[in-house]
Amino acid sequence: MSVKVLTANRLTDGEAVWLGANGDWLDQIDGALVARHAEAAAALEEAGKAAIKSNLVIDVNVIDVEERGEHLYPVRLRERIRQLGPTVRLDLGKQADKPAANAA
Amino acid sequence: MYRYDEFDHAFVSARVEQFKDQVERRLAGELTEDQFRPLRLMNGVYLQLHAYMLRVAIPYGTLSARQMRKLAHIARTYDRGYGHFTTRQNLQYNWPALKDMPKVLDELAEVEMHALQTSGNCIRNVTADHFAGAAADEVADPRPYAEILRQWSSMHPEFSYLPRKFKIAVTGAERDRAAIQVHDIGLHLKRNEAGEIGFAVYVGGGQGRTPMVAKKIRDFLPVEDLLTYTTAIMRVYNLNGRRDNKYKARIKILVHETGTEELTRQVETEWLALKNSDLKLPQTDVDAIDSYFRPPHLPLRPEGWSALAGARKADHAFAAWVDQNVTPHKNPDYGVVTISLKPIGGIPGDATDAQMDLVADIAEQFSQDEIRVSHEQNLILPHVAIADLRIVYDLLLTDGLATANAGLITDIIACPGLDYCALATARSIPVAQRISERFADPARQADIGELKLKISGCINACGHHHVGHIGILGVEKKGEELYQISLGGSGDEVCTIGDITGRGFSSEEIVDAIETIVDRYLEVRTDKEETFLAAYRRLGAAPFKDALYSEAANAA
Repeated sequence: MSVKVLTANRLTDGEAVWLGANGDWLDQIDGALVARHAEAAAALEEAGKAAIKSNLVIDVNVIDVEERGEHLYPVRLRERIRQLGPTVRLDLGKQADKPAANAA
Repeated sequence: MYRYDEFDHAFVSARVEQFKDQVERRLAGELTEDQFRPLRLMNGVYLQLHAYMLRVAIPYGTLSARQMRKLAHIARTYDRGYGHFTTRQNLQYNWPALKDMPKVLDELAEVEMHALQTSGNCIRNVTADHFAGAAADEVADPRPYAEILRQWSSMHPEFSYLPRKFKIAVTGAERDRAAIQVHDIGLHLKRNEAGEIGFAVYVGGGQGRTPMVAKKIRDFLPVEDLLTYTTAIMRVYNLNGRRDNKYKARIKILVHETGTEELTRQVETEWLALKNSDLKLPQTDVDAIDSYFRPPHLPLRPEGWSALAGARKADHAFAAWVDQNVTPHKNPDYGVVTISLKPIGGIPGDATDAQMDLVADIAEQFSQDEIRVSHEQNLILPHVAIADLRIVYDLLLTDGLATANAGLITDIIACPGLDYCALATARSIPVAQRISERFADPARQADIGELKLKISGCINACGHHHVGHIGILGVEKKGEELYQISLGGSGDEVCTIGDITGRGFSSEEIVDAIETIVDRYLEVRTDKEETFLAAYRRLGAAPFKDALYSEAANAA
């Protein structure tokens, strides 16, 4: 079943980040605050609006993810590529720091 | 090459200082993203999937060795050791941090470069034939006129908030290598019967979601009227172009909705009021700009021909490279060298910092300090003596830059696609890589002959798929990448928009589908002289559709 998390890009360097359960913006999707019902998703939307004002991040979006064991798996390929890095340069992006499954 | 004057230096420095202040205010929270976004875009700073992207303008695709070294230095210092040459003859850095942008722009300004007007609804970087000033078939060098347009359009107050972006391309030969008929304004430099230089003027071409071939609205415009006439076109567009719908805001839609005849009448009426204004170009001004683009002094090097014959005989790979990547120069002792940025299985248009430095070194020593970027995402050494081809080839070989595939099926244009781009709906690069690998065999490529394959990862068509002999458009359908094929497009002087074949193909199917089309071409061509495009124009889509869809049906 798909649930939702909040993602954005960090203001200073544009890197993809996800809102963590403790309110910090995380470099990796695992550990992101998961919204499992409509009210929680609405709270994420509100958090997104507040985040833009907080000036730490830009381009804030709620995205669909699946919970696969301990990991979160974005539903859209676009978000999987944001999560890992370019599929044609495995030496770049987050995948370079932390090897993970191929985005495709 | 054009050198900045005092005004240019002051102007670019002032813009860097201004942007530096804007970045600081943004990072300090004094500017919101809504306020800052249009400001960063005006300075070429986009936000992509993984990071910011900086698009650096390379006016009419011309670079010196010093400028190329600076691009390499920036890639090494502020990015991840590479850059991406684009179909707009620009360079994109994929990973720069916002806080570093002012420093990068400072560095660019040191070598007379900037990122102005590489975004936004303004007149964008003016593009030109990448063989300008060198090609044997050239009537006149288009770059002086591209430079005049650059100076006129830079920060033009009247044209900084157009309905949509605006692209101008200039070519100086009958053979259109600048794809002028898919630009908002295309200028074809030519001579009239009296031997005078002027322009055929095309308006309203473009790709994107509504591809259109430009309409010729004037067969011969004297050089002195370049800016008065262009201003007249811009005024008609600025006044009447649609601002209610982003997707209908380009001048191509205005031309289409107004009708060519009526639009021409409006432009000519506007022009009458402008024709004798201050914008009329004095010959002294044209001559002053022209002097920066005088052909370099090229000493006679007739010894090259016998050396070349021997080198060709001794090395088939070198001979193949000369045949494919060297084109005739005005001076018979010289050639124009295309450096392919399309190694087999590589990323089209990408170059490492080391490769950029190497190209700069070679250009300095063997090509009169000149480099060009082509809209086909390759680099050009415009003035290489035939006598030096062997040593240039050997140097290019040392860093994977001697792929002998210019104009062949593996010389693929591909946009960054979903691997980088925030607008993309599907990946382009991996498809290009797999097609390149499938057709890697040089003998097979040579047998297929000229075939321009172009891939875009979304409907915006940065990969020029509409004018590919074979075009591929990647879209997202039901969460999966789907690739639509079009055939028979061409961006040259006989410009056509490709025809969509039918249903699209999955990522797994697309390479086989391309091979099916190519195999069918090899079966139906009259002989090896009939190119893919010629065969398509003779036969139409039917044999290719038949091959694609009946085989697919058979397989299912």
